[in-house]
Amino acid sequence: MKHSRMNASLQSGLPPRSMADWVRDKTGGGIVGTLALALAIFVFALIIFGPLTNMLLWAVTERWYFPHTFPLQYGFEFWHRVFKPTGNAVESLQYSLMIAVFTVMFCLSLAVPAGYALARLRLPARALILLLFLVPQAFPNIPVYINIARLFYQFGWHGTVPAVVLVHTLHGMVYAVWIATAAFSAVDPECEAAARDIGAGPIRTFFTISFPSAFPGLVASGIFVFLESLDEFTGTYFVGAPEITTLPMLMFRAGMEGNYQVASITALLLLVPSVLFMFVVERFLRADVLAGVGR
Amino acid sequence: MNSSRFAGFLLVLPALTVIGVMFIYPLSYSFVDAFIVPAKDGGAAQFSLQNFATALSLYGDDILFTIVIVGISACLIALGSILIGGYLTLGENRFFVRVLAALYRWPLFIPFIVAAQCMRTFLAKNGLMNGVLVEAGILTPLQTIGFLDWRGIIITFVWKQLPFVTLLVAGAMAALDRSTIDAGRDVGAGRLRILFQIIVPQIMPTLIVALVLSIVIMMSVLSVPVMISGHSPTMITVEMAFRVNSYNDYGTANALGVISYCITGAIAWVYLRRGVKQGGKPV
Repeated sequence: MKHSRMNASLQSGLPPRSMADWVRDKTGGGIVGTLALALAIFVFALIIFGPLTNMLLWAVTERWYFPHTFPLQYGFEFWHRVFKPTGNAVESLQYSLMIAVFTVMFCLSLAVPAGYALARLRLPARALILLLFLVPQAFPNIPVYINIARLFYQFGWHGTVPAVVLVHTLHGMVYAVWIATAAFSAVDPECEAAARDIGAGPIRTFFTISFPSAFPGLVASGIFVFLESLDEFTGTYFVGAPEITTLPMLMFRAGMEGNYQVASITALLLLVPSVLFMFVVERFLRADVLAGVGR
Repeated sequence: MNSSRFAGFLLVLPALTVIGVMFIYPLSYSFVDAFIVPAKDGGAAQFSLQNFATALSLYGDDILFTIVIVGISACLIALGSILIGGYLTLGENRFFVRVLAALYRWPLFIPFIVAAQCMRTFLAKNGLMNGVLVEAGILTPLQTIGFLDWRGIIITFVWKQLPFVTLLVAGAMAALDRSTIDAGRDVGAGRLRILFQIIVPQIMPTLIVALVLSIVIMMSVLSVPVMISGHSPTMITVEMAFRVNSYNDYGTANALGVISYCITGAIAWVYLRRGVKQGGKPV
C-alpha cells in the first residue's frame, strides 16, 4: 500500500511526504528488510520444529550417543519392542482409549442436557452457572488433585478406572458444557417453534430438530474432551498411579528412566491425534458456533 | 414458566454436582487442611500456622523460584504474542504473513508432557540443539551449556504457551477497527509505533485474560518442571507432589497449594491493575 502511494507521488511529480517515510519504505520493503525478515522466520521455524524433529529422530533411532550429532543407526527395532503383544505400550494404549471413551460418554451425558438448558430454557443466574464451569481452570489444580486423591483413598477408589474417568471429566467439563451451549444456541429457534406448531412435543422436538442440528458442535466438544483425556497427566499421576498406566504415564516413566526411544514413540502416538484434530477442527466447529462459546 | 425453570435446573444439576464434588469440595478442603494440625495426644485437630511455617522454611527458595519463572515466562509470552500478532496484522509481505500464521500454532495442540520430553533431549548439554550449533560452527564443543534448569523450564513454557496467547491476541487485533491504524499510517507513524501505541492499548484486555489463563496453566503443570529440572530449587508444583508421595504430609502440601493460589491471584490482580492504568478497559 505504501509503495503504491509512493509510486503515485513519484509519478505525479510530487516529492514523498518525508525523508523518514522514504527511508522506512526502503528498509521495510527493501531487499535487506526482506532478507532479515526471512531469516527471522527461518529461525522461528527452527525453534518451533527443532524439539519436534529431535523427538522424531529418537523414535527411529537404534544407536545414538555423544559426541555424535545425529543417530548412528536408524531402525524400527524399538517399535517392535513397544508394540509386541506383551509390551507395556499395548496395555497403556488400551487404558488410555478406554478412559478417554468413558470420559467422553460421561462428560457429554452431563453436558448435553446442561448445554441445552443453558441455551434454551430460562435459568436463574445463567451467567453465573456458565462461569462456574470455568472456575476449575482458574485455580492451580495440583492441590485440588491431591485432595481428590485423598478422598478416593478413603473410599478405596484410588487407582481404579472410574476414579481417573471422574478426574478427566472434571478437566473436560468446561469444553463440553461451553461448546454444547454454543452449539444449541446456534440452532435456529424458528425450526423448533415450527416443529412444536405442527404438534411435536418438547422431547420429540429435541430429538428430531435440536439434537441433530447441534450434532457437529457436540462432536467437536466430544473430540476436545477425548484429546484432553488422552493427554492428561497430572490428575492421572495423583489419582491413578501406579495401577493405571495411561500413555502419558508410560511416556513419563520411560523418559525419566532415560529410555528415549520408548518415550519418543509414545509421545508420537499422543501427538498424531492432536495434530490431526488441528487440521479438521474448523470443519466441525462452524464460525457461528465458535463465536458463541462462553456466551 | 416456573416448571420450565425447574426443568432447566434439573438438567444442569448433574453437571454442577460433578463440579461441586470434584472441585469445590477438594478446593475448600485444601484451604481448611492448610490451617490445621492434628493434636499430638490424639485429641481434636486445631487451628495453626505450623504448616505455613514448615512450607516457608523448607521451600522458601522454591516459592521465589516459581514466581521468577512464571513472571519471566509471562513477560516473554506477552512480548512474543504482540510481535507475532502485530506482524500478522501489519505485515506487508503476504507470503511471510501466511508462513508465520501457519508456523506459530504448531505447539498449541502438543501435550505438555510431550513438549517436556522433546525439550529434555533437545536442550541437554549433549542434546541436538548444541550438536547442531557446534556442527554449524557457531559454538565450539567447550562452549556448550545445558539448559536443563530454570532456563529450560522457561523455554518450554514459552514454546508451549506462546501459540495460545498469540491466537487470542492475533484474533483481537484482526477484529480491530482498521481506521485507527490507517490514521496512524497517514500521519507517518512507523509500524512498531502503530503496534505499541495504537494496537496494543486496544487489545490489552484480551492480552491480560490470555496471560492470566496461561499463568494458571503454568502453575498447574507438573510434568515440565519434573522432567526438565526436578532437583532443588524447583517449582512448588514438584514440592507439593513430593510432600504427598514421600512423607504423606498433606498439611504442608496444602499450605503450598494455598500459597500457589495466592501467587496466581496476586499476579492476576497486578495485571488487571496495569491493564486499567494503561487505558485498557477493566476486564
